[in-house]
Formats: sequence, structure tokens, C-alpha cells
Amino acid sequence: MSTAAVAHAEETSLGQPHLKVGFWTFLGSECLFFGSLIATYMSYRGHSVTGPFPHHGPPTGTGILNIPVTTISTFVLLTSSLAMVLALAACQKGHRGKASFWLCMTALFGLTFLGFQAFEFTEFYHHGLSLTQNLFGCTFFVLTGFHGAHVSVGVLWLISLFVINQREGISPENALKVEIAGLYWHFVDIVWIVIFTLVYLIPD
Amino acid sequence: MSTTAAALPKLQEEAYRGAWSWITTVDHKRIGILYGMTAFCFFLIGGLEALIIRTQLAVPEGTVVAPGTYNALFTMHALTMIFLVIMPIGAAFFNYMIPLMVGARDVAFPRLNALSYWVFLVGALFLNVSFLVGQPPDVGWFAYAPLTSKAFSPTHAVDFYIFGLQILGISSMMAGFNFIVTILNMRAPGMTLMRMPVFVWMTLVIQFLVVLAFPIITVGLIFLQFDRFFGTHFYLVEAGGDPLLWQHLFWLFGHPEVYILILPAMGIVSEVLPTFSHKPLFGAPFVIFSGILIGFLGFGVWSHHMFTTGLGPVADAAFSTTTMMIAVPTAVKIFNWIATIWGGRIRLTTAMLYALGFIAMFVIGGLSGVMHASPPVDLQQQDSYFVVAHIHYVLFGGSIMGLFAGTFYWFPKMTGRLLDEKLGKLQFWLQLIGLNVTFFPMHFLGVDGMPRRIYTYYGTDGWNGWNMVATIGSYLIGVSVLIFIHNFFRSLRAGKPAGADPWDGATLEWTIPSPPPVYNFARLPNVTSSRPFWDVKYASPAQKAQMEKAERERGAEHIHIPPPSYWPIVLAMGMAVFFAGWFFNPFVNVAGVLIVLAATFAWVYEPGH
Repeated sequence: MSTAAVAHAEETSLGQPHLKVGFWTFLGSECLFFGSLIATYMSYRGHSVTGPFPHHGPPTGTGILNIPVTTISTFVLLTSSLAMVLALAACQKGHRGKASFWLCMTALFGLTFLGFQAFEFTEFYHHGLSLTQNLFGCTFFVLTGFHGAHVSVGVLWLISLFVINQREGISPENALKVEIAGLYWHFVDIVWIVIFTLVYLIPD
Repeated sequence: MSTTAAALPKLQEEAYRGAWSWITTVDHKRIGILYGMTAFCFFLIGGLEALIIRTQLAVPEGTVVAPGTYNALFTMHALTMIFLVIMPIGAAFFNYMIPLMVGARDVAFPRLNALSYWVFLVGALFLNVSFLVGQPPDVGWFAYAPLTSKAFSPTHAVDFYIFGLQILGISSMMAGFNFIVTILNMRAPGMTLMRMPVFVWMTLVIQFLVVLAFPIITVGLIFLQFDRFFGTHFYLVEAGGDPLLWQHLFWLFGHPEVYILILPAMGIVSEVLPTFSHKPLFGAPFVIFSGILIGFLGFGVWSHHMFTTGLGPVADAAFSTTTMMIAVPTAVKIFNWIATIWGGRIRLTTAMLYALGFIAMFVIGGLSGVMHASPPVDLQQQDSYFVVAHIHYVLFGGSIMGLFAGTFYWFPKMTGRLLDEKLGKLQFWLQLIGLNVTFFPMHFLGVDGMPRRIYTYYGTDGWNGWNMVATIGSYLIGVSVLIFIHNFFRSLRAGKPAGADPWDGATLEWTIPSPPPVYNFARLPNVTSSRPFWDVKYASPAQKAQMEKAERERGAEHIHIPPPSYWPIVLAMGMAVFFAGWFFNPFVNVAGVLIVLAATFAWVYEPGH
């Protein structure tokens, strides 16, 4: 199967495996998905008629966003991309143990990020920002919520790869499996960089 | 399941019988047939809806249907014809023909292809099940906010719309990824991009439009669902939301969608005209680049649907300009098609008549389309019957005629039998006359001020005559479709045997038997130009000898046919359960997600794929 897969990849018109070409197309599609969510957030910035507001607004004067905490969670997520790269490299070199370790680390970093997000959502809720409170609540929770859902799918994917690697091993010829998961993971990371910049760092 | 070419015919007979073999099929040809048959059923349903609409409007103060039913009818007519007829009939041709035309044995992801079909079927049933519970979508296919809010649409009608479209979108996007990879990555040796048939090129452009446009409507629908189910305010003015956000998201999807609907027909016509003129397509690279340009520009014109919302002079001017620009590549294609016929050895088969009819009707629809590009003119025509006339000239006169051209052209390849030409020509002329009698008077009605989407009018409005004429025309179209059904079933049983190459075609699908074997090509073809089969058929004796020598030197090929799989339909069922959960309770949603997850893991581990 594995050698057949390699031989198959060489036969393709573009010289790239089908799965990789298809997955890049999927990521293109995802760009438009997140693009629409982000564009909506941007066009509704400052349109909320009641608080709480993200940065600074009339009633309290201070924003609800906790930038230091989110900076830490952002750092964690970006570090996970490094772990992902190391996992793929280990897999391509046939270092099964190392690959398992880095896959596990990537998933753990992802889970940590999700933990931060759960904490942030709960905090906001206690400060009076619910999904239905105002336009900021709607756009913020839906945008970051869908990003969080993507991270969750990625974590599930990484854990599956980890289990497969533990049970039967992923040979270097099959490293494409890990590479595709990596593409997804890095994409979700990059989307977060955009969200973090536009939603958190740039004030109204 | 791997084997060599010689052993294959037997395999085909064994594994290809019974309903179960259709349910578990991953063969692109069978999936194409499933798409085509399903879509044709919906064509009849959508057509019936249209006939009821026309019957209601035949005379002033008609009483055939109640106002509420009328709203549901025009909404469902549009949704059905766009998402359940033109798109899936296009998909039927992509499925059946693309692997044959690029010289491949299947699509890149056969199971994903089956999944696309089953998910499409689920979405189609979702939309239409609304009739059974008495709550069909009745807010127009564009479903403008705030009419879709809980306050103004308290029933499930809009929910059927949301989830029906969401499901159909998932299906289209999956098919999009599949065909992009198939076309880019599975071309036969020697088939460079510029040697691909124009139909394949247009399909590639369409799939890019699909994968880039559908996520936008997905987001728009998610917002609408959140507004209705969870109390958010995306489209609600009272909390600072803007109903125009929906219009932007909808048309940012909706206008590329227009090209998703017309480009398959343009691709088909670009195959039919050269074959029956016995000339290569004139300026093929220009036709290809025009198609790509239409795809690009298609994303930059959406606000011409929104001139009346008052976007301001700068936006109006910008979108007016881009809209007029899109007429240029379209006109380039028209001139290329005409130049292709010029001086050709023309055979007026039914397929050719439909292709010629397409050009004529599409020009009429295109001209009224360019008129809408001018904001002052558009302000007069918006929401009038003039626009109804325009879209039916491009979608019926354009898309449907193009798809009929494809049907008459490729039916012999799919079934091994020819459709009856005499009945076909009768159908064509009746349809051409019928569509002009139906839709041309609508220009007059529109200019005379008759608004669209009204369930009736007064006898004193002065619209009686043309409405009656339009209704008579619509019955003519109905008769032409009945003739097609008769022709279809008769030819299926007793049509003239077609042979492999009934039209003297130039592209690869005609090099193999009709209907093609499971594995399509016993040996993958070697492509030397954009007209590979003409190269072979019209080669000089010396060239022929060389080809035969090369053929003898090639060894036997390893053929991999993926085994059937039931996971696609299980996964589609899981999605159905998930979406149905929104009507019942969250546990059903969770059950759906679990089925999808389980099926996904089983899918990944299924042997032989």
C-alpha cells in the first residue's frame, strides 16, 4: 500500500499527491470562510449599542479583552506549530518515538489554547458579555468560537495520528498523513494570528 | 482490487448488479447517472411549480393558489431550478465526462464523489420535505433580512431554507475539491493544460468558483441560524445589526453562482459546435482565458444586485464598471463560437440546434443583463418582470439549452444508443418557440411596471394580454419536456445503436466503447494535441504506422479499481441526522456528529482505497 501510494504520487500530472493538492484547495476555501467571519467582525466594530465593549467604551471606560492573557495563549498556539514541524520531521526520518512525542506535544499545546479560550469565554460571560448581549458578543463569540472548533478538530486529528503512530507506526512513506494534518494545523494558527491582530491588538 | 485489463469485463458483470451496487457505487459514471436522474426528477417538480405560477397569472385576479402558497411556489421554483436542477445536471456531466475527457480511470477521490451525491440528495430532500409539513420556504431564494427573522417568519420555513442550502453547499464544495484535483492531477500523459478540452477548462473554473463562493453563503447562513436559534443580532436593526450584511454575503456568493450555472453550458457548447462544424474551436485559448476572466470578474460585481439599496455613487460606479467589463470576455466567447461555425461542414443535429439556440438566447439574455449594469436603468427595472425575463433568457435559454445540447451529445456515450433525432428536433423547436413566447413578453410587462413576485394583478392594470401569452408559452415548454421524456425512455430501449464514436468526435471520450467499461481506458491514452482523437483518425499512413508501433511497445498496465463502499451513504445519513437535530433536540445533533465521526474513522481505515 505504502509503496503503491508513493508510485501513485509520482504519476500525477502535477507531481504532487492528490490528497495534498485537494487539501490546499480546501484551505483556499477555508480562507473565504474565515475571511467572511473576520470581515463581518470588522464591519461591525464599534456598532454595539450596549456594553461591554472590546477595548474602551462609554460606560466603564475599559475594555473587556484581557490582552496579556491572550498573548500567552497565542504564544502557546504558535509554539504548537513548531512542535508540529518537529513531529513531521521526525516522522519523515522514521524516528517513531520522537514523532509520537511531538505529536503529543502539539495536541497538548492545542488543548492548552482551548483551555485558555474556555477560561476567556467564562470570564467574559461573568462580566456580562454573552452571545446575545450586543453585536460585539455576537461577532466575537461566533468568530473565535469557529476558530476554537477548528482547533478542536485539529487536536482530535493529532491524537488520532498519535494513536496510530503508537499502535502501528507511521512510516516515512506515509508521512503525508502527518504533513496534511500539519498543513491544517499551521493554517488554523495563521488564522489565529490574523484574529489576534485585528480583534485584540488594534484598538477601536 | 487490482487486476489487468483482460480480466476486467468479467469483473464488471459480477459486481455491478442490483440496487445495493448502486448505493455503494464509487464509479464516477454511475454517480453521474444518479446525479442526472435525480436532477431530472427535480426538473419536473420545479417545472410543475412554474406551470402553477403561470396558471395563476394567466388571467387577472386568478384564484388557483392562495398568496402564501404563491410565495412558496416562486421561492421553491428558484431554489429547485438553481440548486437541484442546473447545478446537479452540470455535476452529472462533470462526473461522467471529466475523467473520460482527461483520460483517467476515475476521479481523484471516488468515495468523496459518492459522498457528494448522497449529501446532495439529503439536501434536496431537506428542502422539499418542507412541503410535507406545510412550511415550505416562502421568502424568495435570496431570503432577504429582516423578513427571515424569527419575528417575521416564525415557522420552520426559513429553517428548511437554511439547512437545505447548508447541506447542498457541503455537497458542492466536496465535489469542487474532487474535480479540481482530478483535472489538475489526473490528466493522461501528454495532456498539458492548454490541450484540455474547453469543457474541462470551464469545469475547472466552475469548481474554483464553487469552493471560493460557497464558504461565504455558509457564513451568511450560520449568522441567520444563530439569529433565529440563539438570539444573536447579526441582521437585526434594533441591536445595531445591518440587514445589508446578508445582502452582501448572499450576493458575494450569489453572483459567482450565476457563473457556476452558465459556465457548464458554455463548456458543452464549446465541445458541440466544433464537432458538428468539423472544425477546431476558433481561438480556443481565448475562449479558455475568457472563461477564467469571467470567473475572476464574477467575484467583483455582486453589488449590482444592490443598486437600489443606496450604496452611494462611488460604489455604484465601481460595480457598474466591473459589470460592464464582464460583458467583454462573454462577447469574446460568442464571437469565437460564431467563427467556429463559419465555413464549417455543419450538421444540424439536435445537439447542434441546441448549441445554436443557446448562443441566440444567451445573447438576448446577455443584452438585457448589460442594461442592468447601469444604475439608473437598474433602478427602473429592479423587481420588475424585466428582470424575470432576463434571468430566464440566461438560465433557461442559456443554461438549460446548453445542458440539453450536452444531453443529446453525450447520451449515446452513456447508454450506447442515440436519442431519436426527429423527436429531438420537434422538442427543440417547440421549446425554442415556447421559451420566447413565455419570456419575451415579460420584457414588455416589466417595462410597463408589472412587479415580480406578486400573486395576482387587476384587469385594469393593462397586463392581461401578455400574461396570457406567457402562460400559453409555458405550456408549450411543458409539452416539449414531455416529448423529451418519451424520447428518453424509447431511445433507452430501442434507440439506434450508437457505436463508440457516433459524431466523429475529437476528444478522448469517443475513443472508448459506449457505454464505457468500468475501467474506462484499458490503456491510458497518449495525448499529442487538443484534438487527440482527430489526430488518430485523420493521421497520414506514416503517422499511423508510427502510432501502432508505439502502441505495441507499451506493456500491460496495472489497473486499480476501488471496491464499492457504503461509508459515503452512512456519512451522509449522519449529516442528515445532525441537521435534522435542529428541528428536534440537541441529542439528535450529538447523535449525528457521532455517526459522522464513526463513519469518518471507518472510512479512513477501509481497505482497498
